[in-house]
Amino acid sequence: MSLIPLEHGIALAGLLFAIGLVGVMTRRNIVFVLMSLEIMLNSAGLAFVVAGAHHASAEGQVMFLMILTLAAAEVAVGLGLIIQLYRRFKTTDIEVLSALKG
Amino acid sequence: MSELFYAGGLIAIVSTLLVIVQSNVVHALIYLVLSLLAVAVVFFSLGAPFVALLEAIVYAGAIMVLFLFVVMMLNLGQASRDQERAWLPPRVWIVPCTLVLVLLGMLLPQIFEIAAVTNSPFVEVGVKAVSAELFGPYVLAVELGSFLLLAGLISAYHIAKR
Amino acid sequence: MSESLGLLPALPLLGFLILALSGGKLPKTVVALVGAGSIGLAFLVALNLALPIIADDSLIVRETLYTWMAVGSFEAQFGLTLDGLSTVMILVITGVGFLIHLYSTGFMADDPSYSRFFAIMNLFVASMLILVLADNLLLLYLGWEGVGLCSYLLIGFWYVDPKNGYAARKAFVTTRVGDTSMALGLLLLFTQLGSLDIQELMQAAVANWSVGSGLAIAATLLLLGGAVGKSAQLPLQTWLPDAMAGPTPISALIHAATMVTAGVYLVARTHVLFELAPSVQLLVACIGLATLLLAGFTAMTQHDIKRILAYSTISQIGYMFLGLGVGAWSASVFHLMTHAFFKALLFLAAGTVILSLHHEHDIFKMGGKRRQLPIAFASFLIGSLALAAFPFTSGYFSKDEILLAALEFETYGTWLWLGGVIGAVLTGFYSFRLVFVVFFGGSNGHHDAREVTGFSMAAPLFVLMLLALVGGFLTQPTAAVFGAHGQAGEHTVSAALHAVMIAAPLLGMLASYLVYGIGLIAPDTILRSGVARGLHTFWFSGWGFDWVYQRVFVAPFLWLARLNKHDIFDSVVSLLVRLTETANELLARSQTGSLRWYVLSVVGGMVVVLLATDLGGLL
Repeated sequence: MSLIPLEHGIALAGLLFAIGLVGVMTRRNIVFVLMSLEIMLNSAGLAFVVAGAHHASAEGQVMFLMILTLAAAEVAVGLGLIIQLYRRFKTTDIEVLSALKG
Repeated sequence: MSELFYAGGLIAIVSTLLVIVQSNVVHALIYLVLSLLAVAVVFFSLGAPFVALLEAIVYAGAIMVLFLFVVMMLNLGQASRDQERAWLPPRVWIVPCTLVLVLLGMLLPQIFEIAAVTNSPFVEVGVKAVSAELFGPYVLAVELGSFLLLAGLISAYHIAKR
Repeated sequence: MSESLGLLPALPLLGFLILALSGGKLPKTVVALVGAGSIGLAFLVALNLALPIIADDSLIVRETLYTWMAVGSFEAQFGLTLDGLSTVMILVITGVGFLIHLYSTGFMADDPSYSRFFAIMNLFVASMLILVLADNLLLLYLGWEGVGLCSYLLIGFWYVDPKNGYAARKAFVTTRVGDTSMALGLLLLFTQLGSLDIQELMQAAVANWSVGSGLAIAATLLLLGGAVGKSAQLPLQTWLPDAMAGPTPISALIHAATMVTAGVYLVARTHVLFELAPSVQLLVACIGLATLLLAGFTAMTQHDIKRILAYSTISQIGYMFLGLGVGAWSASVFHLMTHAFFKALLFLAAGTVILSLHHEHDIFKMGGKRRQLPIAFASFLIGSLALAAFPFTSGYFSKDEILLAALEFETYGTWLWLGGVIGAVLTGFYSFRLVFVVFFGGSNGHHDAREVTGFSMAAPLFVLMLLALVGGFLTQPTAAVFGAHGQAGEHTVSAALHAVMIAAPLLGMLASYLVYGIGLIAPDTILRSGVARGLHTFWFSGWGFDWVYQRVFVAPFLWLARLNKHDIFDSVVSLLVRLTETANELLARSQTGSLRWYVLSVVGGMVVVLLATDLGGLL
């Protein structure tokens, strides 16, 4: 019914993923990092949906639902951590969290 | 429908780019909502109306509102915007962008190569088909998902508790 | 009866274990009972074993306790043999040993490490018994090293003073030189003759080696090295005077009566080998002669009561070596026995003097002590008479035998005899110098010191006085061991020569009396001349051996040690460590704790891997 080639959908997912990845690597504000992670998760979901649509299968959308669930849970915990971090250190800078330093 | 796909895709890419370069958190969130809505349009154009709605309601609605609440609780003002600008001189973008461009440079040719083999038109898959899958073979995954959400709920409550 | 042969070293060993494992928690009476009691019991066992052998000296008791080790064709038994020679030794060790232990219970009564003292003493006696009872040279070597260890531990008994520790190390290291030589000797004997069992070895040596063969000379030289180290003979004699740092009973037991005579025992035990190497045997005689003269001269100049006795010990062992060298095996062992009696007596008496005079060692700070210290005086008098070979004391008979044998020796016999006689003059002089200076004349200090005595300290002195006097009449069952020609036979010596031999020590005594007794010639007037002063200084330093060794061996060694302080060879190994540490530091630096850095690394890694596979795919 549609004439959208598969590779365009996948390429869109890849581009969104790449942008999210740049955000994770570049930003120091933890809120932005979390947003970038959301972008990456969403792009993964997009890839599933595109593939599912290509095969005319519902399983791609089921996987997107799983990812959505995961993202919801992850955001809830992540935001809780941000709040706790801000209370403790009065900052949203992830460079402050360097207790893993060797 | 393909016009819808390309328009949505373009808006998604542009607004996502704007998300990661913003210095104001609230602006970034608005762009993120825009990006997610654009992806919802893409889903719709791909013949997946159910997930398009979920994307709009859950992602762009619920999750982003959660973000917004938190940002409001943190109450980051002008000082934090200045801080953001100070943290983002042009040079910090160089290395991540280079890496990601290399990655894309390897990824995209592969994508176009594979997809060229199986190029068939998209077919719409509606709510009924998705529900049948969800409560059929994937009912266990749905249960696990509910566990995950419960665990997320409890741990978020516990962590954010004073 | 043969079962009790193993009991002999086991009893002192048991005593050692009890004392060592109790960790000094036992009350002193129990320690004394275990320490001295175990040796006393061992003496009774030894006596029981010895009586049949004294009656019939060809009797040999053998007992193999168990196989100690077996490697390939080599098998060492933990086997004990008791023959005439061993009998003399075990009686001396346990008998004199028991008396010294008894004396020690009194002498060491106030020492805080009472239990440690007796533990090591018992271990020493056990090792010494293993040494003399061993039926193979490897087991003998075990005992040999055991007594060396105990000697080290006991010289450094009062380890709080670093000087004592130094003396202990010096003794240990010096004897180690000899022990290494002996170990080489054992290896040579085993590789050449295929056995270390003493009986088999002797038979094989006689069968395979001709008289004067190179291998026999090499083997005996190496064994002699061990004997020289242990018995403090030239050139390894320097450790014994310093070994006097230990408690006096130690000096009596280890450094006079038993351990230092182990070298004599070793040579006597392997006399068959030495008979195959006449040149080495002559060397033994020369070493003995040189040592006895050197030590005799040195003894005349010393001030320290114990050092005088130490040099006299070296000198007397020199006589024993002289006897061994001229083939008078039996006479040497006889002298070993009588020497054990009178030298133990002298040392124990010296102990009494030292203890009574509040640890005074300088004889010139004593003087006129014969009334204050009557028992010590009597002991010294009798001991010195025996030492100087006054007619019909024990020392007279044994020394007489050695000198007569030397006179009858074919090569250089007369010269050896003459040297021995000069040594006898010296012995008479220095032994009575000690007696006159300490016990006669005016008091030079410690005017109201009282003699420390009591049963435990007085009784051994009386017994040893008796032995020193009449020990010469004891017969020893060594005829079967040494064969006919090693025995003291009828000597055909002219009466004039015999008179010279008797007169020699008397001459020394007379000279001593003139100088130190009545002060006819004051020592100071002799020392006024430059030559005499130089000689005195030279002799006093023990003929400068310490000085030479310090420069020739110790200083270069210390220099090398300083050079290699940081262990050059170790640095090769530590290079690996250093490398790992550096790599670790580098990697640790990469662990910044920055999450962005980690994400960047992950992505970078991913890119590298993908690039690599891509390129790999292209290739």
